Amino acid sequence: MNLEIVEIISHYHLAEFNLDFARIAPSIPFILTGLVITLKFTLISAFFGFLWGTILSLFKISSLKPLYWFGLAYTSVFRGTPLLVQLSLIYFATPQLTGYNISGFEAGVITFSLNSGAYISEVIRAGILAIDKGQTEAAMSLGVTYRPMMIDVILPQAIKNILPALVNESIALLKDSALVSTIGAQDLLRRAQIVGAEKYVYFEPLLMVAVIYYLMVMILTVSSTILENRLRRSS
Amino acid sequence: MSDNSDNNVAIRIDSLVKSFGSLQVLKEISTEIKRGEVVAMIGPSGSGKSTFLRCLNLLEMPTSGKIYIDGIEITNPKTDVMKMRQNVGMVFQHFHLFPHMTVLRNIMYAPMKVKQISEEKARQKASELLARVGLAEKANVYPSKLSGGQKQRVAIARALAMEPDIMLFDEPTSALDPEMVKEVLDVMKGVTESGMTMAVVTHEMGFAREVADRILFLDGGCIAEDATPDEFFTSPKSDRAKQFLEKIL
Repeated sequence: MNLEIVEIISHYHLAEFNLDFARIAPSIPFILTGLVITLKFTLISAFFGFLWGTILSLFKISSLKPLYWFGLAYTSVFRGTPLLVQLSLIYFATPQLTGYNISGFEAGVITFSLNSGAYISEVIRAGILAIDKGQTEAAMSLGVTYRPMMIDVILPQAIKNILPALVNESIALLKDSALVSTIGAQDLLRRAQIVGAEKYVYFEPLLMVAVIYYLMVMILTVSSTILENRLRRSS
Repeated sequence: MSDNSDNNVAIRIDSLVKSFGSLQVLKEISTEIKRGEVVAMIGPSGSGKSTFLRCLNLLEMPTSGKIYIDGIEITNPKTDVMKMRQNVGMVFQHFHLFPHMTVLRNIMYAPMKVKQISEEKARQKASELLARVGLAEKANVYPSKLSGGQKQRVAIARALAMEPDIMLFDEPTSALDPEMVKEVLDVMKGVTESGMTMAVVTHEMGFAREVADRILFLDGGCIAEDATPDEFFTSPKSDRAKQFLEKIL
């Protein structure tokens, strides 16, 4: 009796431990389509997050108190609550508040832009403050006003210095993008889960998307190192 | 607008006070700088000479007192400070060139951005100025490739590109290796020959003596002596100036 149970268990284990990617081969194109969605999602969010983060960082170094306090409070809220909660709030609460039936993709892009904006603003703020005050003084002494001074003199230098930190932000964004699978966007992770549910095999599709995420992160890391070296040489 | 009738006065300073917190750095300074005059400001460190100079283009905001440039009170909050600064060039101890722009771009930037001069004209003007400071061949080089003396000459060209009537120099040779001091002083001498009004904070006594029309000796936030170079260096009146000269000469 006992022996029988052991036999059943061990048989069961052996059968399940058998990795077989052939089983999900027909679904690989379906999963890879998710890569396009994940990338699109990351790029758009990174773009708007960067713009918003730049504006927020200027708020935070502004001498106008309302802007300063807004920047501070905004960052505090978006860094102080879980991303998944923010995502759910925007996805599920927007239709209730406005009647607009927001798609998972839209909700994701909005949440991630707003959220990464908060993190990026801190990075850019630090980058701006690290620029020698003499740069500002030189620009001012030439009669250059605030706006062109920021755009042409301060920000280009600041962004060059904080490039590694910005790449880290994009990497975080890329990985966090997997959260949109919880609100129905068909990204990499969601598609892996769908395939798993259809075929009753989870390990292969999940392992596959993990490797894809890892490769994308590596590509970002390596290209940022190359870019950094090139910038260093030019300066 | 104007409550200064004397047309020969480029800068008039009236009871200028500057405090940082409870520390009073400038104590009711009043003086005038005439058009085309070259004034050397000297004095021990902490005497307030750099702060004084930086007040003249409002990089430091005076705590009280008035400053007039070309008869316009620049300390009046209604005055367009940026407009004023276009006419008052400044050269810094640490150059502060824009490191991400080539030498030529450093010089072209403000005329194009502030005065809306065409790129072509700005480039031509910048090339002329570079030739004037003896660095024509460095036009397309980034500042990091230049020596300190070269950087400072580019910084002078950058300030001159705005065609100011007044130039302020804040210890322009203090950050330089000794063998580079002369090339910068020579360029500054060239600038004086064009009739520029100049205020120079400096530790170069030779330069002050040879080039300046007038010495302002600052001590403890006050003008302790206001004299011609000859008077100042041969027969200083104040004890503090005597002590200062004994230490450095």
